Amino acid sequence: MAYILIFITAIFVNNIVLSQFLGICPFLGVSKKVETACGMGAAVAFVLTIATIVTYLIQIYVLEAFGLEYLQTIAFILVIAALVQMVEIILKKVSPSLYQALGVFLPLITTNCCILGVAILVANGTYATQGLEPNLLTGVVFAISTALGFALALVIFAGIREQLSLMPVPKGMQGMSIALVTAGLLAMAFMGFSGVDNGLSKLFGI
Amino acid sequence: MNNFKVLLNGIIKENPTFVLLLGMCPTLGTTSSAINGMSMGLATMAVLVFSNLIISLIKNLIPDMVRIPCFIVVIASLVTILQMVMQAYLPDLYATLGLFIPLIVVNCIILGRAEAFAAKNGPIASIFDGIGMGLGFTLGLTLLGATRELLGTGRIFSLPIFAEEYGALVFVLAPGAFIALGYLIAIINKLRKA
Repeated sequence: MAYILIFITAIFVNNIVLSQFLGICPFLGVSKKVETACGMGAAVAFVLTIATIVTYLIQIYVLEAFGLEYLQTIAFILVIAALVQMVEIILKKVSPSLYQALGVFLPLITTNCCILGVAILVANGTYATQGLEPNLLTGVVFAISTALGFALALVIFAGIREQLSLMPVPKGMQGMSIALVTAGLLAMAFMGFSGVDNGLSKLFGI
Repeated sequence: MNNFKVLLNGIIKENPTFVLLLGMCPTLGTTSSAINGMSMGLATMAVLVFSNLIISLIKNLIPDMVRIPCFIVVIASLVTILQMVMQAYLPDLYATLGLFIPLIVVNCIILGRAEAFAAKNGPIASIFDGIGMGLGFTLGLTLLGATRELLGTGRIFSLPIFAEEYGALVFVLAPGAFIALGYLIAIINKLRKA
């Protein structure tokens, strides 16, 4: 039950984009079409899950084992950059169709701060674990749900922007300005979920 | 281009927050008050000035193929130093800004300036570019932070302007960040054209 709670909290209550402000660049950059938004969401989900597992293992078996915690930022960003390259090469070989779909988005992911952000949160154990010990399993559940939350926000936002492009927008507000206000309203809608996690944890008796 | 022009270019003509729209995550995430926004801007500026300086000094030693990973290592090392200094001397601020301090590594402004300016110019000009861009970013964050703090709590830099009851709390929360930045960009677009 606690895992379901981590899942719901990370997707709706603490949505990574709309309430934690991580991954805003791709959120604003690749949200003009629903199709590309789906591609980006899938690519982020894929890399985020793998990156979280690898960085968590590095944190435990390399950094903490040798007392090198201060190298966390450097180690993680290099691992993520290398991982993205590796995923790209492997996908190209193993599944060309998936590579076709995700290929364009993969290089963009290295500088997506939600990957590094989630990796650091999981490695330091500073995320909502709903009473469970932070370990690899809760970390992976958290990473997958965060990525789904990112994809959900991105796809909804892209859907709104597709409609918005047909609307007459005042001259000064065109472009990024109206997009940001739209994102604000979307964030306000997601604020409606706040408190759901507490209610559910009472319901589940955690 | 003389150094003064480089400096002004970062603050006004290519302001990273309002014109280039780079580094949106810390811009939205840390500006719940003017002082937080300003501290984040200054922290980013410190990293940016040193990364520009170091990269402009070592640019001839790095093979072109591996320049991006090299830049990232330089930036990540500087961020780690900043993290340690802040933990030691400014623990409260470090706790408030939290995750956004290590995330300076993936701030597109820093890698962007390294690639677009420091890799092509000398060390002195690069320092000025770092200061200019850093000040532009700090200015953007402070302005957004002040707007949100004023509309949300009726204060700027904790100085009361009007009674707190008239403030709309939503501006301090997540949605207010998007909306305030959206309108600020609209106003600045209008001013730039006029």
